[in-house]
Amino acid sequence: MDKNDINKLRGKTAVVGLAESGCGLASGWSAMEIMATAVHDALDDAGIKLKEVDGVFAATAFHSMAAMSLSEYLGVKPKFADGSQIGGSSFLSHILTAAMALDAGLINVAVVAYGSNQKSIGGFKTISEAMPYEAQYQPRMPVSAYALAAKRYMYEFGASREDLANVAIAARDWALLNPRAYTHQDGPLTVNDVLSARPIVDPLGKLDCCLVTDGGAAVVMTRSDRAKDTKNTPIYLLGAAMEHHHRMISEMPDLVRTSAIESGERAFTMSGYKPNDMNTIQLYDAFTINTLLFLEDLGFCKKGEAKELVKNKNIGPAGNLKVNTNGGGLSCVHPGMYGLFVTLEALRQLRNASGDDVGKRLDGGWIDNAKLSVAHGNGGVLSSQVTNIWGVFDTL
Amino acid sequence: MPENLIGTVGPEQQFKNFLSEGKFMIQRCKSLNQYFFHPRVAFPGGGERDLEWVEASGNGVVYSSSCNRRLPEKGGDFNLSLITLEEGPRIMARVEGIDPDKVEIGQKVKARISSLNGEPAVIFDIV
Repeated sequence: MDKNDINKLRGKTAVVGLAESGCGLASGWSAMEIMATAVHDALDDAGIKLKEVDGVFAATAFHSMAAMSLSEYLGVKPKFADGSQIGGSSFLSHILTAAMALDAGLINVAVVAYGSNQKSIGGFKTISEAMPYEAQYQPRMPVSAYALAAKRYMYEFGASREDLANVAIAARDWALLNPRAYTHQDGPLTVNDVLSARPIVDPLGKLDCCLVTDGGAAVVMTRSDRAKDTKNTPIYLLGAAMEHHHRMISEMPDLVRTSAIESGERAFTMSGYKPNDMNTIQLYDAFTINTLLFLEDLGFCKKGEAKELVKNKNIGPAGNLKVNTNGGGLSCVHPGMYGLFVTLEALRQLRNASGDDVGKRLDGGWIDNAKLSVAHGNGGVLSSQVTNIWGVFDTL
Repeated sequence: MPENLIGTVGPEQQFKNFLSEGKFMIQRCKSLNQYFFHPRVAFPGGGERDLEWVEASGNGVVYSSSCNRRLPEKGGDFNLSLITLEEGPRIMARVEGIDPDKVEIGQKVKARISSLNGEPAVIFDIV
């Protein structure tokens, strides 16, 4: 594709409303009710009426045809809908598709949504089928896959479980500043806490793994010309790209190199910015190994060097890199598919810095003067990688 | 391939049938002289369809390994590994005959056909 064609989408659309719903525990609420609540709250945030919504994008582990079910529930007849399911990164790809549909004039207002009540109905929920050629060995997916990647990473780069633990510690330190975080009251983590937690699949213990919570989220998107007239500060989509090269972990060409290398490079190119320009970095941290891999694959350091980058609390609140500032999937919220929460945090940081009231944080929880955020989504077993670059008006 | 598939079975079932006969077979693309796994109807990425089944040497190296923790009453801890075969492709399997947490990356292994939950399965031993 010609470079000019890729850049056509840069800055053409914006998120003008966002909301989360039922994060943590939402006993007595269905996944659909949680998702629809987030949609209505996001529309209120945008100051846009439901009647104007003509694009619906959704994926969950509860609905085989989520975009259709959500449209029906809302009472919306979309001119374009997309329920593509590529795991937890689905929503970041929905945002790309929504931007395309908005820019093409097929729709005028898009909602991208997710909802889950997995925790209150019994635990991690997946609709993933058993993988041929793998299932008979009874891997505990997805954690077994990430453990295999972590083990290989440790072997190739001399990393240790302490290096992985630094990721969990930083995530918790951020959560302590965020009253919305599930572990906000739980106190800080030590290396020993992480290393002595119950082993799940070696080398990953319980605190190397994300939370299991309920929760829903939604964002509202319009074209940038319309966005200027909405209630709150619009945040512009500057870059977006996706790639995947496997579905099963046994088919991953290289366990320590994800398709984020490709998605990140194309998203940053489209945005016109570089990794080091990002004021906040929001990465899909379903497991501690993810953060190390994505810091490298997105270009924040060279391959194998993330273990150094995360030392000395460098990705925590007092560090140089503002990574997973909500507390991440490890310590804030993880209702099964986390992608929209990566997105919400990227957007909230920019809106807060722009003067919007998007909630309270303890000192240091909001990043001053944040203008650019990268949101990176991961799906499957380090499979689908989708990168979105977000910026305030000045960055257009 | 004929349009009508009646009376034939696909590569997945063929692989399983071979296993039932005690053979660990993988596919090779003849024109490219390249092996691949898992079984497919065409060479992945290129689409070449001149494929043949070849018995795998069974020789491999541990690419990664993990010990999956499981309660004793549910069968206890077990090993889950990714093995790079001598022919090139990679396969998920278990390494047995050693504590499940003692399998190391780089160790040489050899395949045998055993059974898991009543189904034939490729299992590896340390050599």
